[in-house]
This record gives sequence, C-alpha cells and structure tokens, in this order.
Amino acid sequence: MAYRHVVGPRTHVFADLATLMAKATPVRSGDRLAGIAAESAEENAAARWCLAEVPLAEILARPLIPYEQDDVTRLILDTHDAASFAEIAHLTVGDFREFLLTATPDGLTRIAPGVTPEIAAAVSKIMRNQDLISVARKARVVTRFRNTIGLPGTLAVRLQPNHPTDDPKGITAAILDGLTLGCGDAVIGINPASDSVQALGDLLQLLDGVIQTHAIPTQACVLTHVTTTLAAMERGLPVDLVFQSIAGTEKANAGFGVTLALLKEAHEAALALKRGPLGDNCMYFETGQGSALSADAHHGIDQQTLEARAYAVARPFRPLLVNTVVGFIGPEYLYDGKEIIRAGLEDHFCGKLMGVPLGVDVCYTNHAEADQDDMDTLLTLLGAAGCTYIMGVPGADDVMLNYQSTSFHDSLYLREVLGLKRAPEFEAWLHGIGLTDEGGALLPGSGAPLLTAAPDLAA
Amino acid sequence: MSDPREIWARLAGLTPARIGLGRAGSGLPTREVLRFGLDHAQARDAVHAPMDAEALASAIAELGLATIPVASQAPDRATYLRRPDLGRRLDPEDFLGLQAAAESTDLALVVADGLSARAVHENAAPLLKAFAPLAEQSGWRLAPVVIASQARVALGDAIGDALKARAVAVLIGERPGLSSPDSLGIYLTLDPKIGRSDAERNCISNVRTAGLTHAKAAFKLHWLLARALTLGLSGVTLKDESDRALESGAAAPALPEPSRG
Repeated sequence: MAYRHVVGPRTHVFADLATLMAKATPVRSGDRLAGIAAESAEENAAARWCLAEVPLAEILARPLIPYEQDDVTRLILDTHDAASFAEIAHLTVGDFREFLLTATPDGLTRIAPGVTPEIAAAVSKIMRNQDLISVARKARVVTRFRNTIGLPGTLAVRLQPNHPTDDPKGITAAILDGLTLGCGDAVIGINPASDSVQALGDLLQLLDGVIQTHAIPTQACVLTHVTTTLAAMERGLPVDLVFQSIAGTEKANAGFGVTLALLKEAHEAALALKRGPLGDNCMYFETGQGSALSADAHHGIDQQTLEARAYAVARPFRPLLVNTVVGFIGPEYLYDGKEIIRAGLEDHFCGKLMGVPLGVDVCYTNHAEADQDDMDTLLTLLGAAGCTYIMGVPGADDVMLNYQSTSFHDSLYLREVLGLKRAPEFEAWLHGIGLTDEGGALLPGSGAPLLTAAPDLAA
Repeated sequence: MSDPREIWARLAGLTPARIGLGRAGSGLPTREVLRFGLDHAQARDAVHAPMDAEALASAIAELGLATIPVASQAPDRATYLRRPDLGRRLDPEDFLGLQAAAESTDLALVVADGLSARAVHENAAPLLKAFAPLAEQSGWRLAPVVIASQARVALGDAIGDALKARAVAVLIGERPGLSSPDSLGIYLTLDPKIGRSDAERNCISNVRTAGLTHAKAAFKLHWLLARALTLGLSGVTLKDESDRALESGAAAPALPEPSRG
C-alpha cells in the first residue's frame, strides 16, 4: 500500500512502509549509498509527517521483510508480547512519541516487550535528539552477572586492553592502567588479534586469573566468534560471557557466520556453567548501523531500522551487555560527527525502549569527518541519556583495531560532570583497596594501592 | 615497593597502547592531548593528501618497470569516501587502454592510493624493489605496473581482467591508524575478474618500516603467489604459512603439499 503526503501543490508518494521509513530517516551516507534516502529536504520532512500518522498496529501487521523469508522477522513476530502491546495498540507513531515523553519509568518497562524494532525505529525518526535522550533516560534495564549493571545514576565501562599481537604482558599492563583509573565494571573484554582456540584459551585464563586472584566483582570476555567460544567451553575453559556480532536480517547474520540456533546453543552452554553469582545474564552482543548493507543483506530497508532489528535478535537471550559500535564502520555509512552523534542517540534509544541493556562504543575512524570534540559531545549526551556503558581504551587509541574510542579518562570526566556512579559492587571494591574515596572519586597516587595489592600484575 | 612512576614507565614499555599517561583532574595532561592531536592530524592528512602519481611513476621506472596511470570512477576524494562502489569501478577509457596494452602475463601489479597516499609514497617503490628480483627468479612475466588513483581494492579485479593477467596484487594505502598513518596493504587475487569477493583474496597487511618490512612483505607475496599459481586458488582456502618458510630460511617457497581436498 502506498503512503501519500500533500505539501502545498506537491503530493509526495511513498510506495510502501519500508520506503516511507527510509525517506523519513534523518539523512545519512549509508542510506544514500543504498539509494533509498530522501532526495530532498522537503521529501524527508513530508515522509516524517506521513510516518507520524501511521498506526503502530499497522507497522506490526506489515513486516518489512516477509515472515517466510527471514528468521529475524519470524523471531520478532513469534515472540511479540500482545498483552504489553495492548496499552499502545491504539496509537499512531506521532501519538506514541507523546506517550513516551509523558511515560513513567515503570510504564516504559511495561510496554517494552510489546515494542517491535520497527516501532522503535519509526518513532525515533520523528524524534529530536533531546527526545531520544529524555525518553531513554527514563528506561530501566538492569542486568547482573558478578555485579549489577544499569541501575539509575550509574554508568559502567568496558575495559578494552587490546594488543596488536595479544601479548599477555602488554594486555596485563593495559588492564592495570584501566583498573587504576577506576574502569572495568561492565566487563574486561579483549578483541583478540588471533582467532585460534589456543590463543583464546590463553587470554581466558589470563582474565580469569586477574579477576579471581584479586576478587574483582566484574566479568571477563574475549570477543571472538561464537563457534570458537563454544569450542572453548567444551574444553572447560573459563568463559563468563559469550560474545557475538549480530545484525538485523537473517542474511546479514549469515555473513557473520551465525544463526539463531547457534546463538541459542551457545547461550545454553554458558548458562550451564553457572559462573555468575548475582545473575545469569551471560551474553554480550555488538551491533552497528550499516552492517547489513555492507553484507548486501539490507532488503531495501534503512540502516537505522535494521540496527533496531539487531536488538530484537539480542533480546530473547537476556544479554548482560549490548553495544552499538557507532562510528567504526566508516564514512560511507555515517559520514561525519553529526551523523555519528545522531546514530549513537538513536541506537541507544531504540535499544532501551525495547528493554535491551544498551551501551555505546563512541568511536570514529580517521577517514570520517569527526574528531575528539564530536566524541566529547556524543559521550556527554549519552551520559545524560543514561547510557548503560561505554568503552575504556587506553588514551582512546585502540592499537589493535586502529580506531579511536573513549578513554578511561573520558569516563572520569563523565562521572565528574554528571555525578554518575559505577556498578555498586565494583565501586565498593575500588574503595576497599584504597583507590577511591567514599564518593567514588579517584585518590591521588598513580594507582599505588593496586600496584601494592597486586604485585604480580605489576611484575 | 618502588616509585609508581617508575613502575608505569616500565609497564608502558610492554605495549604500544597509551597507558600510564597520568591525569590532570579527570582529564589528560596537556602533553598527551597535544600528542593525540598531532597523531590524528597526521592520520587525517594521510587520508586526504593526493597521490603523486608522477613521482611514483619515476620511482618505479628507476627499477626498470613500465607504468600505466588509471583512475576509478570516483572523481574526487569526497565522493571516494562516500561511494566505495565508484572506487571499485575502472574509468571506461582506462579499461579499453589497458586491454589494448594487454599481453598474457602471470602477474599484474597495481599501486593504489586507497586511504593513505602517504603509505604508497613511502612503501610502494621499496616493496617493488624487493619483489622484482624474486619474480624474476621464478620466471614470472609481469604486466606494466598500474598506478591507480581514487582506488579501492576491488579495482584490481577490473585491471587484472583487462590486462589478461593470471593474478593481480594490489598495493594499497590502508585505513590509517592513529599510530600507523603510513601502512600499506597487499591484496592478492588469482584469476582477477569483476565481481570477485574479499574471501577470494589473500592479504598482507601493515607493510611499513615500523611494521612488516619491505623484504619480508616481498617474501610473503612471492610465497603466496607461487602457491596460488600452483594450487589454482587464492583467498580463505589458501593459508599463509610463509612464516614457517621464513623461519626455516628457505630462499624459495616450499613445494606445495598435496591438497587435502
């Protein structure tokens, strides 16, 4: 069915819902590359008017990719919670925006299982950045493994101690740096250079040793392919969290070498290990706008909607952590600081609205039109939006993946200006070993208490 | 225990990552902010500086190799960055020109600006200098070296096809990292044709003075090409085991092992 919107003498026609949503999206390079972006500013605005009048029930009834063709569509519809949806079923997209702006945190929690990714994406397209921030800030998604992540007023940090050759001493040095700067409550997570099971085993033992020896209330992860992690679990290696990159269509997931069945198998294997004393959220997913287009698996759907569909893939696995790697993919998908900032806020909003614990890798590459000032802006906005976690990379320079993310120092800045605390168990651990004062602020001394408490690490 | 500053100085020696930076309140010390700014500036310049094709042509001519300049369909840098599809397509006139110059050869070498002209300026000629004698030893016929501007890796497929080469090696400026604005990548593809996928290529990355040296990179390229020509395949099914050959001091690549199917 075609959608129409009249602006003065001109009638804008949109062939179907996928076209309407693509044309209504704030313009970005990836949708232009796919040939589906609005062709004028007026068309973009007209599509938003038109989209605002579409009933949510109609979005639910018209899957963008047919049920028969795509297992992500089947997952979305088969697990849809009709009871939760009943509360919003009568609304249009435009009404839904106003509903969200007035909703309480409990109200958002109640409707989350009824919000499909297409509904989240549609409403985000007619929201300004401030709307994305104020609604996401109200959404509560709390997860637990060895600590509690996502409580109001907190921000967690993934300590990302990557090394170009996985050198254990180099990785340990970076972990020590991050811990002494008060980071690592979300996870200590390494992107390995090697993808062999042997290398994975060495890194898992290293991380487990650090966490167990010093009783750090956090979890470990080596971000390798899910099949490699499955092999590691079969060998009895210490796996806290199972990691996988995921996308919003069956074909794009096939490009990552994963199926929903494979994710289920890995989830069940990790649950069976029962390694989380406080909770059993044991999955970690990464996503990012543009991944489906780059795998030639986008079905003519805009990249922001497909990104929200990736959160629908994550949701049934009750993950501890999910983050969009927002500026990593490059300027052909998100061209500059403005596009990266918008995408980061959209992704965070859509994830939270769907009940997924969204963090953001606030990042850019050197061929994008972006710099540290843009990252400071996005970081600060996400702090205000109640982002679950950010990355902590030494000096913001990832020497393995060759991109710039946020640094340990960036998290200190955000805590200071917005008064954000760490996961409470981790906060208590830092205070217990004498690194922070009772308010959570780092004490002077270059991390001496940890260097003393952990001579093996500093050796 | 010793002074924390001494410990941090020692730990910083264990990784190229920026650790032990110190802090000013919650922020970085001034020297670290400035150092990061300079490194980012160099990486940005590497992305946007145009390739000097003439200087490259004369440096390559000094090695006794002929060159042909070509361009992709991306007219400028801004378009190139937004439209990777155009960077993979050869200018139609250049395609015809290459076809006219084609003689049956074993290898087409393409020097492509990619995302870092600086990487190409600093590493392409030295790499070719190290590689040319190895190719001659193996008796390979080389096509004229193609110098391609506003080019992506897959542009080599069209070039190799037009030149009727059995394989193509694209020497291309890699996406610059903050600490590596000068890194060259080499992508080898057997039987180049438009539409080859990345899974059909072998990659040698981080070729630069502070990374993989020109001599080692040339050795790897020679080893991989010898294997690819013998086995009739390139890409994920061709595993790079040249390190073992290098460690054992083999001057020429080992004979291929029987295929395991």
